[in-house]
Amino acid sequence: MRPTTVGLVGLLLFTACPAAAEATDDPYAEARAAMVREVALDAERTAEWIGKEKLSPRVMEAMGRVPRHLFVPPELQDFGYLNRPLPIGYGQTISQPYIVALMTDLLAPEPDDVAFELGTGSSYQAAVLAELVAEVYTVEIVQPLAASATDRLDALGFDNVTVRAGDGYFGWPEHAPFDIIVVTAAASHVPPPLIAQLKPGGRMVIPVGSPFLTQQLLLIEKRKDGTVTSRQVLPVIFVPLTGGH
Amino acid sequence: MTGEGAGEETQSPSRLGVFIAVALLSAGVLGYEILLARLLAIVHWHHFAYMIIAVALLGFGAAGSLVAVLQRPLLGRFRWAFGIAALGFGVGAPLAFALAQSLPFNALEIAWDRAQLGWLFALYLVLSLPFFSAALALALAFRAHAARAGALYRMDLVGAGLGALGMVFLLDALPLADALRAVGLCGAIAGGVVLLWGSMRRLAGVSAVLAVCAGLALPAALPDHWLRPHPSPYKGLSLALTAPDARIVAERHGPLGWLTAVESPRVPFRHAPGLSLMASAGPPEQIGLFTDGGAPSAITGADDDLRYLEAETAALPYHLVDRPRALVLGAGGGAEVLRALRHGAGAVDAVELNPDVLDIVRGVLAGGPGGQWEGESVRTHVADARSFAARSSAHWDLIQIALVDSFSAAAAGVHALDESLLYTVEAFEIFLDRLAPDGVLAVTRWLKLPPRDSLRLLWTARQALEARGVADPASRLIMIRGWKTATLAVGLRPFAPGQIASLRAFTHDYAFDLVWHPGIVESDANRHNRLAEPEFYRGASAILSPDPEDFANRYKFTLEPATDDRPFFFHTLKWSTLPELLALRAQGGLPLVEWGFVILVATLVQASIAAVMLILLPLLALHTRRTPDAPARWRVVLFFASLGLAFLFVEIAFMQRFAVFLGHPLYAIAVVLAGLLVFAGLGAGAIDRFARLAGRRQPIVLVAAGIIVVGGTYLGLLPWVFEAAQGWPTAGRLAVALALLGPIGFFLGMPFPLGLKALGARAPSLVPWAWGINACASVVSASLATFIALHVGFTPVLGCALVLYAVAATFPLQAADAPR
Repeated sequence: MRPTTVGLVGLLLFTACPAAAEATDDPYAEARAAMVREVALDAERTAEWIGKEKLSPRVMEAMGRVPRHLFVPPELQDFGYLNRPLPIGYGQTISQPYIVALMTDLLAPEPDDVAFELGTGSSYQAAVLAELVAEVYTVEIVQPLAASATDRLDALGFDNVTVRAGDGYFGWPEHAPFDIIVVTAAASHVPPPLIAQLKPGGRMVIPVGSPFLTQQLLLIEKRKDGTVTSRQVLPVIFVPLTGGH
Repeated sequence: MTGEGAGEETQSPSRLGVFIAVALLSAGVLGYEILLARLLAIVHWHHFAYMIIAVALLGFGAAGSLVAVLQRPLLGRFRWAFGIAALGFGVGAPLAFALAQSLPFNALEIAWDRAQLGWLFALYLVLSLPFFSAALALALAFRAHAARAGALYRMDLVGAGLGALGMVFLLDALPLADALRAVGLCGAIAGGVVLLWGSMRRLAGVSAVLAVCAGLALPAALPDHWLRPHPSPYKGLSLALTAPDARIVAERHGPLGWLTAVESPRVPFRHAPGLSLMASAGPPEQIGLFTDGGAPSAITGADDDLRYLEAETAALPYHLVDRPRALVLGAGGGAEVLRALRHGAGAVDAVELNPDVLDIVRGVLAGGPGGQWEGESVRTHVADARSFAARSSAHWDLIQIALVDSFSAAAAGVHALDESLLYTVEAFEIFLDRLAPDGVLAVTRWLKLPPRDSLRLLWTARQALEARGVADPASRLIMIRGWKTATLAVGLRPFAPGQIASLRAFTHDYAFDLVWHPGIVESDANRHNRLAEPEFYRGASAILSPDPEDFANRYKFTLEPATDDRPFFFHTLKWSTLPELLALRAQGGLPLVEWGFVILVATLVQASIAAVMLILLPLLALHTRRTPDAPARWRVVLFFASLGLAFLFVEIAFMQRFAVFLGHPLYAIAVVLAGLLVFAGLGAGAIDRFARLAGRRQPIVLVAAGIIVVGGTYLGLLPWVFEAAQGWPTAGRLAVALALLGPIGFFLGMPFPLGLKALGARAPSLVPWAWGINACASVVSASLATFIALHVGFTPVLGCALVLYAVAATFPLQAADAPR
């Protein structure tokens, strides 16, 4: 393995991370580091749209720690670090690592934050967030996915993530308000209860598109005065206007 | 004798039996094509369905090639070869579908996973088998009866026409699995007719009876579960059913789609596209409504909490017109109707194309607590939206075009090839004609980034207003956007300051952004749902400037308005942009690619390569003696390829024209396609008489002249006739359509059998090859016609067809001194 700065930082941090307990023998360590490098490269390519050359080092470190291959079906483990979405069953996918990194970066997570996720899916996004915030509450409609996410996160030692099976439309009032909300389940609209449960100053991210094709990210910010603004972030560096525009 | 060249067989089938079998088989094949399009649209997505069927149809060309090479042994056993091939189609048609849908092909993953290309190839192969089987029988029949090519082609075309018509009815009357079995039955009966009609040795007879019984019994014995389409797990219906206790509460099959209503008591369905982030309430618990397993929408009850309907961009027009008399185009599950009622609309006319939708909505609402929305103030009409407006003499204060397609389909560009006659300049002119003097036309579409169809919509409205003599269209246009939808309002009169104030209050309250209104400045735009630059406002300003073309030429997507001749509203991709998007595919460029368009190009390339191979390969094996009288092979290719391309060009161009006039997509199949095929069949049957009339002249020259004169005349005549008869009742318009289709169809049916007959006389061994060339060219033709129409319109498609008929007439296959 040829260590890079990111890879090295990731490996060092592994020792402090429950998920990295077996890092020294991890046959996927190099693949994971390569994935992180690729995500960093993608971020550089899209700097114009995301407004920065590099994603937050904390986010990149988290991406370097979470063993993505354990969040995909066993038969796809060898593809777990490809920078692409993968099917996880029940018509759902684990998102492309670059999109996960970008979404997490847009959320600007802080160590004391409490996060809510609508649509646990593979629980990879929840695990990445769990590396960066105090608590993650996540709801999944599909019961078998919720059950496997609970088992997986327990086995990997993510004890700051709570998974619930059921309807996430009304958020999780017992643990609200949230600093961070992620809506990964395809939705025709942003549930008003979730906006209500977002703390003033909080951020919400929603990927827009179809399975396997995330087209843009919707970033919603609640100002201190309670008003809400949103921003469309296109991961693609694509300038629509030419010539004088 | 089965015909010339088939003398080896001693116990020949009845010629009448063969002709009837050809008609049955053709009916089955065309019915199967239409049915497969429906089934694959449910399992995958309709644009993939289109490609898969197009490539699978190359099985026809392959069969032509095989018969060309193996004609002697096959003709020697004509009865068995035809019978078994027909039975093969009968059993293969349902079985191939069952097998195809069990393959793990995931269309959505194709850009990420190369293994999917392998599965796609497997799909082509499996689905081409029934077409190959049917074509084997048909090619053999044409080889055996080349001298009676006209009469045979008549049966072929009339059968195909009736098959198309029959399938439209079957789709309404039978579950899809039974419709598949019915197609199979056509093949089994065709095989039975040839095998069992006429004498046969006892042992052979028993074998034939057993084969036919197996052919009849097998499709019936296949389990329903195999033949029922199972939507991809990534489609809305499949996802909805993953919720605990979710279940289908109503279901309807019809030629316009497979509708399912889903109730999900534990995780209720809630659909409010682009709801404002400032909305105080979300939608109530609804019933999900899916078309072909996708395109999710919702059934909403009248008695529910409907505050959410005030908080979508589609509520815009109710801030411009007070308590309007409204026409809602696309009633669907009722959201737009309920929005009109909630905003105090005095009366609502709600138009819905698909009667099954209204049936399901009524049934679901009758059984639940939601409450019916039909009543005294809401009148529903089952009709095509544009056609309803065109034929009405009423005027409305508001015409609201509902958002009927799904976001994911729109975002992925799968509609790129859909012809939409709702969003053309001509359609907008019709809608504006139906507005009261202070009326407003409102159109809501999904928001696409970078801005594409919203800007196109604005330009379409501008042109429609200009066509009505409006000098300052910008004063009569308003557009707003949320984070997921955009709504356009078009007024017949300039919007007044009071209306602008009301609009601004509405967008402020719900944090929607202003894209355009009279008097807008750049700082008004891009405030709530921010983009890096105010691209929508700038685009709108450019589109409404004196020189929108300059902006459009420099823009990376096509923005010019769609017209009836180029009705591809959803196709905005420019060729020059494609490499950039593909290069950026891993960074989010992929969804901008417009899958419909990519698939069209992919289909065209695959079909062309395969067609050329299928045409050329048999030449390596065709070691037939070259008689002095045989035409050069390049002439055979030129003649039959021209006809194959031209016939479908005319068919597709006229189907589009007549669909506008008849005002219902089903009429395009049931009347135009079936009518054209049946008339062509009548023409084919008349070639001998026509040849006698031609005297010493080449009949093909006269036929081509007939097609060119009639086709050319129609180019000028049809718009005039259609406008004059537009307001007539349906029966009258159908009669006009059939009267117009008759002459052109009659001529269209002649060139192919004339060519086959001439070839049969001079080089009979080339007949199956020629038949295959025609089949291959037909497959290429369907994609090529759409490709040409996308770029330059349907009129040039028709023009190309007329040129191709002229080419065929220039290089006839009939020897100059041949007896007529």
